[in-house]
Amino acid sequence: MSLPPEEIAAIRANIASRKTNDLIFATIGICCLGFALITIAALFVDMAVTGWARFRPEFFTEFPSRRAAQAGILSAWVGSLLVMTVTAMVAIPLGVAAGVWLEEYAPKHWITDVIEININNLAGVPSIVFGLLALGLFVYTFGLGQSVRTAGLTLALLILPVVIVATREAIRSIPLMVREASFGLGATKWQTTRDHIVPYSMPGILTGIILGMSRAIGETAPIITIGALTFIAFLPPAPITDVAPFISFEWLKAPFTVMPIQIFNWTSRPDPAFHANAAAAGAILVAMTLSMNALAIYLRFRLRRNIKW
Amino acid sequence: MSTPTLPHTPAKIKAETKNFNFYYGDFHALKNINIQLGENQVTALIGPSGCGKSTLLRSFNRMHDLYAGNRYEGELILHPDDTNLIDPRVDPIEVRMRLSMVFQKPNPFPKSIYENVIYGQRVRGVKNRSILDDKVEEALTNAALWNEVKHRLNDMAFALSGGQQQRLCIARALATDPEVLLFDEPTSALDPIATASIEELIGELKEKVTILIVTHNMQQAARVSDYTAYMYLGEMVEFGVTDEIFIKPKDKRTEDYITGRFG
Repeated sequence: MSLPPEEIAAIRANIASRKTNDLIFATIGICCLGFALITIAALFVDMAVTGWARFRPEFFTEFPSRRAAQAGILSAWVGSLLVMTVTAMVAIPLGVAAGVWLEEYAPKHWITDVIEININNLAGVPSIVFGLLALGLFVYTFGLGQSVRTAGLTLALLILPVVIVATREAIRSIPLMVREASFGLGATKWQTTRDHIVPYSMPGILTGIILGMSRAIGETAPIITIGALTFIAFLPPAPITDVAPFISFEWLKAPFTVMPIQIFNWTSRPDPAFHANAAAAGAILVAMTLSMNALAIYLRFRLRRNIKW
Repeated sequence: MSTPTLPHTPAKIKAETKNFNFYYGDFHALKNINIQLGENQVTALIGPSGCGKSTLLRSFNRMHDLYAGNRYEGELILHPDDTNLIDPRVDPIEVRMRLSMVFQKPNPFPKSIYENVIYGQRVRGVKNRSILDDKVEEALTNAALWNEVKHRLNDMAFALSGGQQQRLCIARALATDPEVLLFDEPTSALDPIATASIEELIGELKEKVTILIVTHNMQQAARVSDYTAYMYLGEMVEFGVTDEIFIKPKDKRTEDYITGRFG
């Protein structure tokens, strides 16, 4: 059977008219994407231009100062680094272990369901609430002070749900058959977890950790709540000393400031010269966050190369 | 190749079920199964999808224990020590150390070929390098893979072809010196050439180990097995010497399935 030419033409017209919708949607999509990207790029470029004059090596090695041109971010970036170290050291083992337990070991009944719902909700709790909790618990109840360790613990609590959820998602993506292969050879639960579950879910776990960390590094509200200082002209005690045992943890107890707070402090000054400082520090903070995200993408790519299912 | 006529039931029994029942929660998946696995023989389980053949196979190494709500009833005896494998007092890890399984799709670990083969020894705590090396060579040789991979034992297992991966999984199962080897539709994801090599391998392996194989492919059952059980809706309809099952089945349902009237 063959179609008359006018019916073939009708089919072609029909296809063309339906494809118009494709084109319309694609155009709208590109416009939305462009709007979002251009806004973000404009913000970043504006910050970088405003703060351009401040990008000198001294900006990283000077303490804050009353004179805007001499002020630097030394105490802020060191503070951020130390707080992030504490956050990572607390959130990673706790979050990964909790995620593994929930996914592999937890009995499936209503208590674990309640825990699961709570963890998912915790990820959406406003960060200031974590700050209030930390103020009451770490500062007043445990007497940890307005210190690096309090800030690190607070941010660890904040990103814990992110790490747990990322760990569980990563574990769930491991095929059942791989798990059964391990158990089938007589492995115990712990051997299966240690030799297979955790290594194979590492790309996803790492991505979750780094995304959590890049959220924590920009957090301001909870850090202000627990009482970070806005003006700090000294560094915490060095972790390595010249007297035995050569390692000191005094820095954990030191008062501190972090990048976002330094930025906030400078923004609230009337002198516009400080606004340039804030812009420069802001651009650096964005660059730090972006490079952490880039690291996450790279690590995921590297670690997934050998895993195919 | 003419095989000598086999007795109606295996002479020397390696494993058997007695009034074996299995439940997925409330669902009665296996009903009063009685089957004997002859030592150093291949027993095939055939039947349409959902008949319970994989469920029965997976009972042999207590895979169902990994999931909640599953229940065994009756006996599943491993000879000569007469251990009831499904007794709750018997650790499923002991069962899995004595009976190895090869799965439907090749499922190597994302590790090196060497580490894949040796994992069963690693979990036992064997650390002696020369013992492990010998085991790897022996298992890969028995799985007819040694010559293809002996110079690249440290390559990732995923670098192998599908058929090679499945033989790697067989080597991994053999490296624990199992008493029974369980195959769960081992060729369903493979092309005809790889399938033929696996079938040939199964014929060779039965010299060393007792084999139970689930297959949806009746020709495969006819080619590789000494005994065949036809299962339907959770029941064992007919069990006997493969040639008899295929040439003159006693039960109408078996005949209908084998002649392709349904299934």
